[in-house]
Amino acid sequence: MKKKTTAKYILEMENVSKTFPGVKALNKIHFNLKVGEVHSLVGENGAGKSTLLKILAGAYKKDEGTITLDGNEVEMTDPKHALDLGISVIYQEFNLIPNLSIAENIFIGRAPRKHSAFVDFSKLYRDAEFFLEKIGMKKDPKTLVSELNVAEQQMVEIAKSLSFSSKIIVMDEPTSALTKSEKETLFKIIRELKSKGVSIIFISHIIEEVLEISDRVTVLRDGEYVDTLNAADTNPNEIVHMMVGRELKDFYPKTEVKRGEVVLEVKNLTKKSKYEDISFRLHEGEVLGFAGLVGSGRAQVMRGIFGIEPPDGGEVYIKEKKVKTNSLFETIKMKMGFVPEDRRKEGLILSRSVKDNINITKLSRINSYGFVKQKEEEKIANEYCKRLNIRTPNNKEITRNLSGGNQQKIVIAKWLAINPRILILDDPTRGIDVGAKNEIYLLINNLAKEKIGIILISSELPEIINISDRILVMREGKITHEFLRKEATQEKIMRHAALKN
Amino acid sequence: MDFKAIFKSTEFGIFIAFLVLCTGLSLATPNFLSVYNIFTVMKQVSFIAIISVGMTMVILTAGIDLSVGAVLGLVNVLAALFIKKFGLAPGISTALLCGMFLGFVNGIIIVKWDLPPFIVTLGMMNIARGLALVITKGWPITGLPECFGCLAEGKLLGMPVPVIIMIIVYILGYLFLSRTIWGRYIYASGGNEKATWLSGVNVNKIKILVYTITGLLSGLAGIMLASRLSQGSPITGTGYELSVIGAVVIGGTDLMGGKGSVLGSLIGASIMGVLANGLVLLNVSAFWQQVILGLVIVIAVAGGSMRRKSSLSGE
Repeated sequence: MKKKTTAKYILEMENVSKTFPGVKALNKIHFNLKVGEVHSLVGENGAGKSTLLKILAGAYKKDEGTITLDGNEVEMTDPKHALDLGISVIYQEFNLIPNLSIAENIFIGRAPRKHSAFVDFSKLYRDAEFFLEKIGMKKDPKTLVSELNVAEQQMVEIAKSLSFSSKIIVMDEPTSALTKSEKETLFKIIRELKSKGVSIIFISHIIEEVLEISDRVTVLRDGEYVDTLNAADTNPNEIVHMMVGRELKDFYPKTEVKRGEVVLEVKNLTKKSKYEDISFRLHEGEVLGFAGLVGSGRAQVMRGIFGIEPPDGGEVYIKEKKVKTNSLFETIKMKMGFVPEDRRKEGLILSRSVKDNINITKLSRINSYGFVKQKEEEKIANEYCKRLNIRTPNNKEITRNLSGGNQQKIVIAKWLAINPRILILDDPTRGIDVGAKNEIYLLINNLAKEKIGIILISSELPEIINISDRILVMREGKITHEFLRKEATQEKIMRHAALKN
Repeated sequence: MDFKAIFKSTEFGIFIAFLVLCTGLSLATPNFLSVYNIFTVMKQVSFIAIISVGMTMVILTAGIDLSVGAVLGLVNVLAALFIKKFGLAPGISTALLCGMFLGFVNGIIIVKWDLPPFIVTLGMMNIARGLALVITKGWPITGLPECFGCLAEGKLLGMPVPVIIMIIVYILGYLFLSRTIWGRYIYASGGNEKATWLSGVNVNKIKILVYTITGLLSGLAGIMLASRLSQGSPITGTGYELSVIGAVVIGGTDLMGGKGSVLGSLIGASIMGVLANGLVLLNVSAFWQQVILGLVIVIAVAGGSMRRKSSLSGE
């Protein structure tokens, strides 16, 4: 095959579209990549980054558009095919097998053989060492992956991509779990790869680091292509503005609610090596934000209060009445609701209908002698579909078929059905589109007006700052600071969330 | 009624398969469609079908119960023993309670020790069968009162009593699964156990419940078989677990939990019964019958798996 040496781009994606039931995930997206370039893809959750990435990796099929690789149009059929074409993807969750060695992981499924049936271990380790050296990793290839930290595991993934002689490496949020110095090492490796002619697609939420490492940046919003910019000619504000695409003011509505009595009091809640000595109060009609990095323990505290992962010590009072902290049946009886972070795994029964999901918390009340009062069940489902504007053909629709935003509203609806006093929302807007996010903010406001005490965990600082009345910042299992709404800025919160004072 | 939904349902597809099978057999053998033969088939099917109601519930929670045949056997022996000792009604009810208790023990162990249902009920299968042999020293218990035979051999309104019992069990099972909160919880915990628990449903109680019901129904079938053969034999019901699981699976209930119905299981059990009967009428050897039944089960599971994949492909 004759190679076009004039091809300016190693990869060109033109007019790529993808539709899922009920949602247009990508609409005519353009993206191209030069040889030896770092090109970042930014956008809010639900903007379409991961869909685009999965199309490139062969995990999804595009509905329309063309992908040109090295001057030839290609059609990725499956992940293996994409890999053969020289495209490696390093996902946030690594595809490594913990109880195998580094070398075995790098060459999994294609270890060198001798006498046709036996693994040639000496060659396996030699080859692995070669690739580890390439990225400057000084580890024995015989080390088990389970003994490595996150940064080292990531390096193994990179070495694995290189061993496929990939020309394009996609890194999905590679820095999210790294410390500062580990990040520096990663950036050094990226620059080295670049100089060797490897092209890199970089995905990250942290705009500053995107600008630091990239040559160019492409912005996506709600599945639409916005623009591609030279990193040198732009600044974080411009990019954020493009990502959000509207004035932030009305995106985060906030109505002031006069706060009422204390509805929840937590005293000295402790769980070994997760969090310690957590104390706070939540008032009626108050939105209490919990900020902190992933792993700061904020989610664990909430799971402790609700009774999913009971704490070792401390007390929880609801309306001044002490609650047992080891049973979620108890806390639910005291009218506490919990919207978990992973709605598909923990929030919904995807194979059941909208109606069944909304009513699951309510069945124990709407029955006579165990027989479900079907009319009432129907009424409740319709009422909440209307009230929360859940877009579904009817209440019998299987939950799996709805969009992320509508699914999340169903999880919230099922807790509203118990008339909660307290509602804990663990990252409620994760992975849902911008429109639905806004609706959830409005809903939080309305619930606060109805005197429900709300705890909001979120990784998105603008969300926390604009929606909460009060913000508690957590770091390494402890509350490090309390802000009132007007005092809080992203920078101040970050300082308390990330830095040792 | 939403006819479109009915046509699209799994049960409808299986029912069509059942009709095709019946039509084929009635064309191939003139004896198939006689009232006598149909009642014979239904009577044979009833024992498997009754236990299938419980098994459907167990499989809906993504569990499995391998002990049904052995529990049936043990209760079969106990019923004979108790009836001889305490009289008819007390004997039957005590034996039923024993079946229920064995199922309850299955459930408690699965839930409290968090063990896989496959292993726990495999253990129970051996224990129950072993106990039946220990109690009888391997010999059948005979000399049961004559009126006890009515339970399996009698007729009511022209219908064999086992068939009537089967119909009642199915109506109750259907209402239980589709109309009560426990039915809702069974489907929910099979669909997503964690999300169901996090919604405040005591999933453990639901699991104990389904194994207890299955134990009870296995016991019921055991007593009916004791009546039919007018003896308690420790080897009764050997291999029943596979027929019952086969019926439920052919009926379209998903082994991964959350999807299925007793209606499907009834059709599934009927397909197995009709097939066995038809093959006898067609003079197919008993050895080949096994092969064909096995093939039907595999095809049914493959069909179910294909359905699942096509319904997920939209993700």
